[in-house]
Amino acid sequence: MSDIKVKTAPVQGVNGGSASHLLEIENLHVEFRTRDGVAKVINGVSYHVDAGETLAVLGESGSGKSVTAQTIMGILDTPPGFVTGGSIRFRGKDLLTMGKDERRLVRGEGIAMVFQDALSALNPVFTVGFQIAELFRKRRGMSRADGYKRATELLDLVKIPAAKARLRDFPHQFSGGMRQRVMIAMALALDPEVLIADEPTTALDVTVQAQIMDLLAEIRRDRNMGMILITHDLGVVADVADRIAVMYAGRIVEQADVHNLYGKPCHPYTLALLDSLPRLDLKGQELNTIKGLPPNLLRVPSGCAFHPRCQMARDICSTQRPALIELGGVRSSACHFAEELYGRE
Amino acid sequence: MSEVILEVRDLVKHFPIRQGIVFKRTIGQIKAVDGVSLDLHKGETLGIVGESGCGKSTLAKLLMNLEKPTSGEVRYQGRDVLRLNPADQRRLRRNIQLVMQDPYTSLNPRMTVGDIVGEPFEIHPEVAPKGERRRKVQELLDVVGLNPEHINRYPHQFSGGQRQRIGIARALALKPEVIVCDEPVSALDVSIQAQVMNLLDQLQNEFNLSYIFIAHDLSVVRHIADRVGVMYLGKMVEVGTDDDIYIRPTHPYTQALLSAVPVPDPTARQRKAVIRLEGDVPSPANPPSGCRFRTRCWKAQEICATEPPLLQIRPTSGHPSACHFAQERDVVHAG
Amino acid sequence: MSSPEVATPTAEAAPMPVTPAVVESAPKKDKPRSLWTDAWYELRRKPLFVISAIMITIFVLMAAFPSLFSSVDPQAADLNRSLTPPDFGSWFQFGKQGQFGFDLQGKDIYARTIYGARASIVVGLSAVLGNMLLGGTFGILSGYLGGWTDTLLARFGDIFLGLPFVLGALVILSTFAPVQDSPSALRITSLVIMTFIALGWPSFARIMRAAVLSTKQLDYVHAAQALGARPGRVIFRHVLPNAIAPMVVVGTITLGGYIGAEATLSFLGVGLREPVVSWGIMIGDGRNYMETAPYIMAFPAAFLAIAVLSFVMLGDAVRDALDPKLR
Repeated sequence: MSDIKVKTAPVQGVNGGSASHLLEIENLHVEFRTRDGVAKVINGVSYHVDAGETLAVLGESGSGKSVTAQTIMGILDTPPGFVTGGSIRFRGKDLLTMGKDERRLVRGEGIAMVFQDALSALNPVFTVGFQIAELFRKRRGMSRADGYKRATELLDLVKIPAAKARLRDFPHQFSGGMRQRVMIAMALALDPEVLIADEPTTALDVTVQAQIMDLLAEIRRDRNMGMILITHDLGVVADVADRIAVMYAGRIVEQADVHNLYGKPCHPYTLALLDSLPRLDLKGQELNTIKGLPPNLLRVPSGCAFHPRCQMARDICSTQRPALIELGGVRSSACHFAEELYGRE
Repeated sequence: MSEVILEVRDLVKHFPIRQGIVFKRTIGQIKAVDGVSLDLHKGETLGIVGESGCGKSTLAKLLMNLEKPTSGEVRYQGRDVLRLNPADQRRLRRNIQLVMQDPYTSLNPRMTVGDIVGEPFEIHPEVAPKGERRRKVQELLDVVGLNPEHINRYPHQFSGGQRQRIGIARALALKPEVIVCDEPVSALDVSIQAQVMNLLDQLQNEFNLSYIFIAHDLSVVRHIADRVGVMYLGKMVEVGTDDDIYIRPTHPYTQALLSAVPVPDPTARQRKAVIRLEGDVPSPANPPSGCRFRTRCWKAQEICATEPPLLQIRPTSGHPSACHFAQERDVVHAG
Repeated sequence: MSSPEVATPTAEAAPMPVTPAVVESAPKKDKPRSLWTDAWYELRRKPLFVISAIMITIFVLMAAFPSLFSSVDPQAADLNRSLTPPDFGSWFQFGKQGQFGFDLQGKDIYARTIYGARASIVVGLSAVLGNMLLGGTFGILSGYLGGWTDTLLARFGDIFLGLPFVLGALVILSTFAPVQDSPSALRITSLVIMTFIALGWPSFARIMRAAVLSTKQLDYVHAAQALGARPGRVIFRHVLPNAIAPMVVVGTITLGGYIGAEATLSFLGVGLREPVVSWGIMIGDGRNYMETAPYIMAFPAAFLAIAVLSFVMLGDAVRDALDPKLR
């Protein structure tokens, strides 16, 4: 699955962009203007996703991974958040320059999103059936009865037992895992081509997490959707992703396909992150740690943002910001010593 | 093995479900902890794992005497903690301390770090005379890797990992023997998690502490625990050394749990045994009869519905396992 | 509260829910900064707060030292000057009279308006403080102890809460101080204050109870209990300081409301009455001369409106500062 160039989006009214990717983010900049100053939350992030593949965006809190997703969906809180540059092209059309109405159509039908906290993402005062049926009525002009029928099908699709009966339940009457399934059903309602899953299983137990990840993978396969999985969990990523983009302080520091990234990380941050992870299958002694704290986005360190925490840091790192260097294939790394790391045994 | 310092016997905690406004009727019981026994040896780390609703956090509260158990005993150095007079209980509190999950809610936002870490001394003034307290607090901050000069700062001026260190310093203040850690790293970022776990390791060696380490993250527990207990719906289903649990698990639930943990290694995708449990954990208000896991278990037979399996060593399991059909199965395939 | 520089308030207060990293970062300054200090910084930068605080300071000064503002005796009546219109020429000239005109009995309206502030501030402030004390105590007891204490206090409070405020006050006041009576200034003032407290404490108790209930669930309260802290310590060190903010906010806003309510009752004749000087009484006096001498009513009414508004605005500002999440 890592060979992404082969797979192009299913031809279905491709307008504009020729050999473009299904969803392509280029040089995106977002800042938060706060009382305390301007926090550069995203500083030139570029990634793309094609039909049928899973891109994992990996990062710790504050790395900008969720803000990128919010910007794609157009649900960034403005203020304080402002897009200050870049483009987000879906099927070749830039979402950022498109009119409000057009963009709303893309939301749901083109790109849909699954959130971490299903309880707060669903409206507590309406039944689940009503919320899904309403979507069909509003966006597809269906009758109420047809809407409910489609809602039943969707709940069936996400494997909620006794789907028809459960349409009458309110969100709080579902367990955490089931609620997440409901949200996935809602995201799928309008047949999106790209699904963004923002920490979809962080709030769930491991056994339920496994079920949900299986479900997402299955749906992605069946519908040939592109999926962006946003997470901090290196384990989940290893299980489902095709390609990975690692983010730190609002930049992508490393991009690679899944096997290469875990097999031979080419950025000190990725390397350190993998080393600091307790493993189920290994009983280690002391864990390697990354010293210090994630940077304050109001005062991002000069040069490479990771340099104060980096074990490999040299003088150049504090003065010069490393660019994302291509390392052959789909991999790239933003480190002055990337080639050194790439060349090692 | 070294001496047992904390013994728990048949601990039960049922929360009544009440209805009504003025006259409340009890209409049911949530069986949060339902007959848990365990031993904690001096200097060891006992990991308790389980999913949400299994009762592990209630267990922590019971051990800390923050909740009164419905029945059962907690014995510290042979004395029943729950039947001590108030003065003895307060003295005993000094020896068992708690580190909590959420570094954002576990520190009083209106107190300075010095006041927070020094509060144990105010509650137990006999431990340190007034004049020495400030110095002691600074020592503690130093021990957990914080700058002692930050004594006058407030919690919101620290990051999550640093706050967790403050919580640990507070727990260390009275020189306890046992620390109950309730999900101490689950709210932290990966890079910070390792720092806090290493700190806990190092403090254990330094002060000969015994930990009860409660977590839902099996990898974290694997790293830190000497022995592990697996809980499901208020019951302990399997107990053993970490290798017993992680390499030779015999209870189907433990096996399913382990197989569900994603391993940060894409090559493990093919290698790993995949056991997918169906559905969710049943409500603790109305647990299944017999074995509580039977509704999600692929091995369930008639006997499982009628006879609750005892947590004991079985012919097919070298360590205590509460399954009628206990069978060793390596699902992790440790390298 | 001294004024260290305001350059870098904590990131925590910044409205940035999606970027916890900003919160994660350790601040650069070594100044200890409590949440109250933060609230104070926050407040000082708000025009709403500054304006209302200035207004309130002026009103409080009027109440405490009315002679600073007017050298005229508010009770001195001279029928020769009855219903003299305002003399705008004498504005901003201390010692002169008649800036706001004279009422029916020839009393100086300006002096009376100034002296009227005292009744409003005293009644409002004492009633709110009493409410906080009584309601707050009951609220803490209900919230912290729970069980039967809670049920009993809640039902008891509901009885008072069920009474419409004005009706309740009318009933109480007309029973203890019938309209035809003329009680002493002290007696009638304390009666009005006690009426407000009797009718007001249940709402304060409810707010406090809710705040205590949510605070006592928090981990740091459990942490203190786990250390062996006694209930008194838990309540005063951990619960109360963290649960008091909502009551402070409501108290400030209610203060404005009480000043208005005091005027309403005085206007109706059951509240404050002569010899007390109060805006409500003045408005009541002026109602028959609305057309011929509108100034009798206009000036005290304007002061009343500004005072009420100032307190409500202050309450809003304080709420924003204490709880940034509500913004």
